[in-house]
Amino acid sequence: MGSITLEHVNKSFGEVEIIPDISLDIKDGEFVVFVGPSGCGKSTLLRLIAGLEDTTSGHIKLDGQDVTDAPPARRGLAMVFQSYALYPHMSVRDNIAFPLKMAKMPQAEIDKKVEYAARTLNLGSYLDRRPRALSGGQRQRVAIGRAIVREPKAFLFDEPLSNLDAALRVNMRLEITELHQQLKTTMIYVTHDQVEAMTMADRIVVLNAGNVEQFGSPLDLYKKPANRFVAGFIGSPRMNFVDGPEAEKHKAHSIGVRPEHFTLSTTAGAGQWSGTVNVAEQLGSDTFLHVEVDGLGLMTVRTDGDRTFAHGDKVYLTPDPNRIYRFDAAGKAI
Amino acid sequence: MARTASVQTKIGFTILAWAVALLLFSPILWTIVTAFKTEAEAIAAPPTFLPQTFTLENFADVQGRSDYIKHAWNSILVSVGSTLLGLVIAIPAAWSMAFAPTKRTKDILMWMLSTKMMPAVGVLIPIYLIFRDLRLLDTVHGLTLIMTLINLPIIIWMLYTYFKEIPVDILEAARMDGAELYDEIVHVLVPMAVPGIASTLLLNVILAWNEAFWTITLTSGRAGTLTAFISSFSSPQGLFLAKLSAASLLAIAPILLLGWFSQKQLVRGLTFGAVK
Amino acid sequence: MATRQTRTLARTMMAPAVILLFIWMIVPLVMTIWFSFQNYSLINPMMTGFAGWGNYAYVIGDPSFTQALVNTLLLVGGVLLITVIGGTFLALLLDQPIWGQGILRILVISPFFVMPPVAALIWKNGFMHPGYGMLGHLWKAFGLQPVDWFAQYPLFSVIVIVAWQWLPFATLILLTALQSLSEEQREAAEMDGAKAINRFRYIILPHMARAITIVILIQTIFLLGIFAEIRVTTGGGPGYASTNIAFLVFRTGILSNDIGAGSAGGVVAVIIANVVAIFLMRAVGKNLDA
Repeated sequence: MGSITLEHVNKSFGEVEIIPDISLDIKDGEFVVFVGPSGCGKSTLLRLIAGLEDTTSGHIKLDGQDVTDAPPARRGLAMVFQSYALYPHMSVRDNIAFPLKMAKMPQAEIDKKVEYAARTLNLGSYLDRRPRALSGGQRQRVAIGRAIVREPKAFLFDEPLSNLDAALRVNMRLEITELHQQLKTTMIYVTHDQVEAMTMADRIVVLNAGNVEQFGSPLDLYKKPANRFVAGFIGSPRMNFVDGPEAEKHKAHSIGVRPEHFTLSTTAGAGQWSGTVNVAEQLGSDTFLHVEVDGLGLMTVRTDGDRTFAHGDKVYLTPDPNRIYRFDAAGKAI
Repeated sequence: MARTASVQTKIGFTILAWAVALLLFSPILWTIVTAFKTEAEAIAAPPTFLPQTFTLENFADVQGRSDYIKHAWNSILVSVGSTLLGLVIAIPAAWSMAFAPTKRTKDILMWMLSTKMMPAVGVLIPIYLIFRDLRLLDTVHGLTLIMTLINLPIIIWMLYTYFKEIPVDILEAARMDGAELYDEIVHVLVPMAVPGIASTLLLNVILAWNEAFWTITLTSGRAGTLTAFISSFSSPQGLFLAKLSAASLLAIAPILLLGWFSQKQLVRGLTFGAVK
Repeated sequence: MATRQTRTLARTMMAPAVILLFIWMIVPLVMTIWFSFQNYSLINPMMTGFAGWGNYAYVIGDPSFTQALVNTLLLVGGVLLITVIGGTFLALLLDQPIWGQGILRILVISPFFVMPPVAALIWKNGFMHPGYGMLGHLWKAFGLQPVDWFAQYPLFSVIVIVAWQWLPFATLILLTALQSLSEEQREAAEMDGAKAINRFRYIILPHMARAITIVILIQTIFLLGIFAEIRVTTGGGPGYASTNIAFLVFRTGILSNDIGAGSAGGVVAVIIANVVAIFLMRAVGKNLDA
């Protein structure tokens, strides 16, 4: 079981308030992703849950039990670090067995569990190697293996994929998701990559400057962003924003349109806004156009990959009227 | 400088470097060869370089006269003992400074090092009197204690610089894995810092072995180390050059060999990690 | 970054070292200061009581003190000068492409591993002895009268011995610093057309400044307390010609059994060391960050 509750958690380093006041309720078995720009406090929040940092005020509860003052070793959580943090002087086998040894488990049982973890993660043939003899992806698996053998109440992942190359990252993303489906253990995953957040999470916590901007399912965040920050952060390429008179037409301080919510035409006058193609990124499946819209500035537009555009082409855009996001002066969604 | 030097330049520099190096080494070399000469040959004029009659008699004489083995054993006990004791005290302290630093950590380190600046003579008399009253004079454990205190700042400083290079992530991973402080230090930190701990150990054994103030002032017969052993030969009367050389060679040989094998590891330690 | 628990733990773990060193520093020092104001002689037990500044007046007023102070400065300064300059040249030489670099390093570093009394004995008997020392033989070979080094130039002889012991240290540190100067940096300077002398002046020397600082700092710590070399060779003589402060305290306190005066000398030695330390830290401290 692994429900995690944060009650008015505050973290300050001296005068600097990293996390002003956060309350969260993470249910048992959930896959929750903390996402936000660097410096938003997401890693600090994870370390507070882990017990590697202590709260300045507020409480952290694990399965209803207050663990605010418990050291990390006694919280029964497992963590996968960005650097993997494998023990360089131990073989893969000993790395995975370490938490079990610390738990004073009988050797026979340790062996069984290590074998099992190694099989699950395809590490069988590397068990006697040292971490430095492994590739990045293999090290990642060892770190995960070390986490799963001890059957923790919850897994904490601190940007675990950021040191891997793009192809491997997609693979590991899937593997971690599958692992979650298989284990059904609570997982908290920190990343700055909103694609990882969208694809993996049951629910996402969007953090900015130590505050929770929104906590909800990926589609919730995409469809009903609570504010301009979330709207801009979730979705790729990012949402286009327009201020001023054009926004006032929609009775808002600013409006936002996602690149995929435009109708595009090359016929003169066949659109609300006109503009000139600046750069066309043709990915094959999609084409992203960076359009200099007359009077409104640069916008990104997604269109299908079959049409070709060149620099200087004149285009006409119509935002989908049902998918225009409206924000007030404070940036809150209307 | 240019690595594309011509062969002539290389030969020139090589000859010069060897000449200077041999000049620096000549006192040691001279001691080595003299130790195997007879007394008559040792002071012969003009001198011979290699011994004409090779003899080991000097070594036997030195052992018979001053009991080299006992002094060497004391040296080993004091230098290794004080270093190990120092490590036991220093490892937790260095762990604290490297992984839980506060604003005062650097001040504490500087203060510790500054205790090294205190001239030994300034505190010789009280230490001498305290040792006399506690019956620690001329004892191996008394000397070991002093040597530990003298070298503790260096041991802490060296370990601190080595520990600082270990990513704190790995210690945190151990904590997450359920390791208490003892396990974290014994099973994770120490094995990872083995190279650093080894060179700390080496340098401090050497420093303690060669320490020649407290060993001479606080010991006489029983607990005398090799520095005291050799100081007993300071008046040449009754002892000639060959035997003196043999005694000298015996006193320095163990640490000379240790130093040769470990000189690369020693550099960082010698500068407290300030030059890598 | 750590939790309160870790920090509390850290303080506990540091306590033994801090407490031990604190006691080691403060107890003997307080006792020394106390003795320095007492009439306390091991030879004359009748001589007791408060001495006021008497011991200080006795120690500082004695001409031997001034001489010992000058000798201390000459010894430290002389050895630093020889080792830093010599060490720089030697380091530059060993950094050249030469054959047998590994063995050369071992030969050069060796004197550092020789314990001070042995170093003193080797030089005293094997080299500087007017009768059968190597230098004596050498002088005779040139038809010169052998020099009785310790009688004629006692302090200079001690400086030579100590410099021989510390030259390897300076060389090794400076060589290490030199080798960390990247090849590109040197080649860039060469490409820019810098002459060898300018390369040394503007590239190499500034790069070595930090290492030189450290050599000076560490050597000074040890050189202020030079003892065994003097004890074994000259015994501080002739007269007080080769007595430094450390040896003077030893002579007064231990050899003459005058604890009071010896302690006063000890306090003075501590003050001198502190003055030098503060001066050093000020002068070179900016080159150092722990």
